[in-house]
Amino acid sequence: MDKVMRMSSEKGVVIFTKNSCCLCYAVQILFRDLRVHPTIHEIDNDPDCREIEKALVRLGCANAVPAVFVSGKLVGSTNEVMSLHLSGSLVPLIKPYQSFHN
Amino acid sequence: MNSTSTHFVPPRRVGIYEPLHQIGMWGESFKSNISNGNMNTPSHLIIPSHQKLDNNLSEDTSHGTAGTPHMFDQEASTSRHPDKIQRRLAQNREAARKSRLRKKAYVQQLETSRLKLIQLEQELDRARQQGFYVGNGIDTNSLGFSETMNPGIAAFEMEYGHWVEEQNRQICELRSVLHGHVSDVELRLLVETAMKHYFELFRMKSSAAKADVFFVMSGMWKTSAERFFLWIGGFRPSDLLKVLLPHFDIMTDQQILDVCNLRQSCQQAEDALSQGMEKLQHTLADCVAAGQLGEGSYIPQVNSAMERLEALVSFVNQADHLRHETLQQMYRILTTRQAARGLLALGEYFQRLRALSSSWATRHREPT
Repeated sequence: MDKVMRMSSEKGVVIFTKNSCCLCYAVQILFRDLRVHPTIHEIDNDPDCREIEKALVRLGCANAVPAVFVSGKLVGSTNEVMSLHLSGSLVPLIKPYQSFHN
Repeated sequence: MNSTSTHFVPPRRVGIYEPLHQIGMWGESFKSNISNGNMNTPSHLIIPSHQKLDNNLSEDTSHGTAGTPHMFDQEASTSRHPDKIQRRLAQNREAARKSRLRKKAYVQQLETSRLKLIQLEQELDRARQQGFYVGNGIDTNSLGFSETMNPGIAAFEMEYGHWVEEQNRQICELRSVLHGHVSDVELRLLVETAMKHYFELFRMKSSAAKADVFFVMSGMWKTSAERFFLWIGGFRPSDLLKVLLPHFDIMTDQQILDVCNLRQSCQQAEDALSQGMEKLQHTLADCVAAGQLGEGSYIPQVNSAMERLEALVSFVNQADHLRHETLQQMYRILTTRQAARGLLALGEYFQRLRALSSSWATRHREPT
């Protein structure tokens, strides 16, 4: 879906979320702890919410949200993010986007 | 007359006793014993070779006996006793032998069942002591188990009982093997079996969470001390690392670095999930508290509230996923021997928590 493609290919870390989704919130907290400020797209209030959801599911995110993209590439949902982080592979991926100045 | 027929009524509660087919099985081995020539054939019944018959005249004593001589001969001229009496005597002997064997098997069956029953009663006693399932609760049956209307949960409880038994067995094996001398290959097998066992638990919990997420969230199947440390339906992944680490004597620099990183990322992931859970609780509370005063138990946003409860299932799965990954990463970082020691330490830790629950529950029971 074009909109999803466009939004996801924005620079840095992009996360599709829903306001009501607490796992999405957890993922955001994690990135915040890693000194990353991701671009958040809350799709609840987007008129194309349904379409975006379907597109995300088709891309491989079973629950649509949270859907994490880094440098335009789909990383996955909560499961994938957690696995990557515990194996030490997440930080290298987001390194260019970490900001250490407060 | 075939030996697989049985003349006794098997115990009713087949589920908890040895499978019935075991009764039939001894009959099979009985038959094969005959064909192997293991049964003693009375020597005076063995036919002289020149009088071979081409059909079985007796009943079962000579069936399936390839190579074993036929025992009867209608025209036996050597015998001074009437053949019929001979035959009848032999049949009686056979029948008696069979009957003895059947009785022996039955008694063995009873013995096993009796032991099982004692074991079950002890377990029940222990469970009751731990305040595990209250015998007079609403959802309990006469045995004191939480027999909810939920078959998924009932199934999980049974499976979990077996899981703990297997866990204890594996811990014993690890302990004895680590004290002795064992090849790396054998050790690796034990370690992988132990890991798979934990993964199996996570799979079981996932099914149970679908059946009743509150059951899993509140750790109802665990002992009281284990429940004290509960974090989203199980142990804290960061606690796991704390339990394992003291037992690794020598670690390479790379290992130390890897473990350090794992501790940090595990803690971060745990914190993120914890905060997500907190948000869930807040929003659920808001949802339930919303609405006009005086509306009683009516929840205006009941659908929204139910959705939040559904989200709990995802959290439980994520927490177990975190536990899974933590175990997996530890396995990757450690040597086989270290992993074995770590798994032993972890297993014993949970055993001790369970023992602590038991001690606590019985502390007032000392005779005065």
